[in-house]
Amino acid sequence: MANGSFLSTEDKRGLILVSPPFIYALLLLAVPIGAVILFSFWTQDFITIDTTFTMNNYREIWSEPIYGSLLKRSVLVSGVVTVVTVLAAFPVAYYISFHLDAKQKSLWLFLITIPFWTSYLIRVFLWKVILGYNGVVNTGLIELGIITEPLTFILYNVNAVIITLAHAYAPFAILPIFVALEKIDRSLLEASQDLGEGKVVTFFRVTLPLAMPGVVAALVIVSIPTIGDYVTPELMGGAGGKLIASMIQTQFLQLSNAPLGAALALVAMATVMSAIFVIFGQLKLMSYIIRTFSSGRGFGELAFLCLAALLLQALVALTIFAGWSGSLGGSVTFFAGVLAYSAAILSLVGKKRG
Amino acid sequence: MRLSWLGVYALAYLVFLYAPIVLLPLFAFNDATIIAFPLTGFTTHWFAELWTNRALHSAVGNSLQIAVAAALIATVLGMCAARAGAQSNFPGKGAIIGFIMLPLVLPEIIIAVSLLVILVQIMGLQLSNWTVIAAHVLICTPFSIAILNGAFANLDPSLEEAGLDLGESRWSAFRLITLPLVMPGIISSLLISFTISLDEFIIAFFLTGSNPTMPVYIWSLNKDFDALPVVMALGTILVALSIALLTIAEYFRRRGIARAGLKDTGGFL
Repeated sequence: MANGSFLSTEDKRGLILVSPPFIYALLLLAVPIGAVILFSFWTQDFITIDTTFTMNNYREIWSEPIYGSLLKRSVLVSGVVTVVTVLAAFPVAYYISFHLDAKQKSLWLFLITIPFWTSYLIRVFLWKVILGYNGVVNTGLIELGIITEPLTFILYNVNAVIITLAHAYAPFAILPIFVALEKIDRSLLEASQDLGEGKVVTFFRVTLPLAMPGVVAALVIVSIPTIGDYVTPELMGGAGGKLIASMIQTQFLQLSNAPLGAALALVAMATVMSAIFVIFGQLKLMSYIIRTFSSGRGFGELAFLCLAALLLQALVALTIFAGWSGSLGGSVTFFAGVLAYSAAILSLVGKKRG
Repeated sequence: MRLSWLGVYALAYLVFLYAPIVLLPLFAFNDATIIAFPLTGFTTHWFAELWTNRALHSAVGNSLQIAVAAALIATVLGMCAARAGAQSNFPGKGAIIGFIMLPLVLPEIIIAVSLLVILVQIMGLQLSNWTVIAAHVLICTPFSIAILNGAFANLDPSLEEAGLDLGESRWSAFRLITLPLVMPGIISSLLISFTISLDEFIIAFFLTGSNPTMPVYIWSLNKDFDALPVVMALGTILVALSIALLTIAEYFRRRGIARAGLKDTGGFL
């Protein structure tokens, strides 16, 4: 900006300064993840590691139904938790951003982050107490005469896992949405209302689209850690609520089959990453269609885009359907189609904009 | 009308968030081995039991060592990254900082598994407190950067330049001018990193040596129903401690923002 040579010494200093944390992350994050990838192509027989390259671990994950069903359940739970958490969090973020003054805002944000900083394990233990057979919810409801028998569908199954995870990841959803809402220029809302739109229309046409980056960030931040969560499914899930992390742990620490565990961890990661990629592509396509629609461009282009969107939805539906009916192969094939298609849409929309 | 409905919902949400924490002390002081309502009577027995539990003491000692070391190292690394990010525009800055922040969104089990593979299976090292510290530094550094970014970004670079012009060396200009200004951020980062490390379970579970950390010890009590009230007592102490530390951290963070003469924009994350 000012003077070239000054900037370059400043830049050099910055690079030197950033190198310790960068090298640390390189050595303890990039290298280990590389090692896990390598490891997943090896095999282990009790304690001896066979370093010949083989696809056996991936083949086993593919052919043994237990891994497919665990993965499916993990994706499903992570998806439901993410949607529930973000939907429940949005009104709270909206309330804090739009209905409170600055002082109350920081108090509320502080209050919301506190539970997150208290021991996760202890919180999960307490959810067991709350949702258990003789737990707070059941004894409370019986006392009130609403039920006569304790409810059993709220502990040791997937529901309990979802409730507990939605609780644990609440701040991760509220904070990014709040930040996005805070950035909205309030005069835009006034403008919309001055132009005769009602509050509801203003919300859907001005506030919600502008808050979308925060919502997407919340979706990503909640979905990635939940798919790898170990404590909650293990404690709350019972036999039918275990998720993929339990299996990874078993392979590593109990069955001494680290290479298979490594392959499972990678497959889980890849699944959630590509799911996020697809959601991202969907949102891009939707917003592009809306923009094309409101700009009043040619009918042909609009029809083409809508067709493209429909095809994508059909592929997603086929993936879910194939997965549901137990055909892992079919599900993966369709999902590959969804991925390729999303990539094509992203590159196309990106080019059009440029 | 709409406003009040939203307010009621937000309050209900807070109740949901605080439900487990509010119940904790109730059961910790309740005079019964079974954790259920109705409450039967007041006792401090469970806290007394904590006092005599050897295994717990060693686990707490371990956790404290790990948390202190992790907090110190993570904060130093965080300072490097935050200062570099705030004061220069080197090529690839976004990618480099983004990469350092990556552990924030990775599932912890992936970090645990990958470190276990490289340290034990490939390098053949023994697991110890140091392996846990190494991993905790990795996950605490992004939080440290997020907190310190605020402190460093708000700093006026001309203050340090003035120090340089007046003949101070680069290091003493930093120590005498910048460091006091970002001190609240540093304290806040130390406290937050300490809290994260103290509470972290899954990485410690994979990487701990023969001496468990406190969360790993608590986990081992999972199937032991008689131990549950003691866990509640321990949890009460931990929650009280966390809230105290966080309140102090928040106080320092706000003071830092006030020192930089800025408007408060909210939480840590």
